[in-house]
Amino acid sequence: MAAIADTPTRIVTGAVSVGLGVGLYGISFGVLAVAAGLSPAQACVMSMLVFTGASQFAFVGVLAGGGAAVAAMAPAVMLALRNAAYGLSVAPFLRGRLAGRAVAAQLVIDETTAMAQAQDEPHAARRAFLLTGVSVWIFWNAGTLLGALVGGGLGDPRALGLDAMFPAAFLALLVPQLRRPGAPVAAVTGAALAVALVPLAPVGVPVIVALAGLVPGVLVARGVRS
Amino acid sequence: MSWAWLLALCAVSYALKAVGPVLAGGRELRPGARPVLDLVAVPLLAGLILIQTLGDGQRLVLDPRAPALVVAGLLVWRRAPFLVVVLAAAATAALLRAAT
Repeated sequence: MAAIADTPTRIVTGAVSVGLGVGLYGISFGVLAVAAGLSPAQACVMSMLVFTGASQFAFVGVLAGGGAAVAAMAPAVMLALRNAAYGLSVAPFLRGRLAGRAVAAQLVIDETTAMAQAQDEPHAARRAFLLTGVSVWIFWNAGTLLGALVGGGLGDPRALGLDAMFPAAFLALLVPQLRRPGAPVAAVTGAALAVALVPLAPVGVPVIVALAGLVPGVLVARGVRS
Repeated sequence: MSWAWLLALCAVSYALKAVGPVLAGGRELRPGARPVLDLVAVPLLAGLILIQTLGDGQRLVLDPRAPALVVAGLLVWRRAPFLVVVLAAAATAALLRAAT
């Protein structure tokens, strides 16, 4: 993905290919949501308005395990907390009217932040953020609709390996960012903290604690520059 | 499933996303903030990758998702396109599950 960081054409190509990949796990979200007891309309509204994959998977995962909707809220909200950090990270280059920024805010997710942060200058970052956001929004919702309508006819999403797509996609988004000073140590620390906490903390908490990987990362980055 | 909880989740997730763009959109940050914000996605993505590969609720398990991630890693290292990476990971997990 380092290769798609630079020119406008490459930003478009990157945005479309990320969108297509997300559309594929959008299908698996639609299938799982309906299997967990959501109506197809509810699955689609969730993808349009919640529009943050990890939270949505967590929410329907709790429902599928027999949990109540109120219990499903906790991990979904915990996972959505990272979008607040992403929002602060992309805010400097989201200029313009309040209404425009309020719409762009809905596009604040892992994929858009990662694509923006892979750019070297603010103009390209803004372009990558918006194009990736629109592309992912369209494909994620198209995938959800398809999955929700086809539902069980597709078979078990796990048998198709759809659950392995999500971490693979995040890995492809992460790797181009590892060139930044401090990024490798931030990644290793975040990953180690998250894995260590999975058996100990409620679902959704480990990924928030992973943010602490920023501390050694920033210390290394400062050391490199001074 | 009731609509009330679903709409509550919509509202909360939007509010979290909107804090930065709505309150701080277009503002220049203090010089010290930029390196921190540039790195925000890194530990979160790294954490999510392992949780979604090894996690099963509150348990850690080793299943076909792990070799699928290794295949994805090799392809990313070889600079394969995004879609190839994602599809190869799915195919790896699907084949291993079909074989066992």
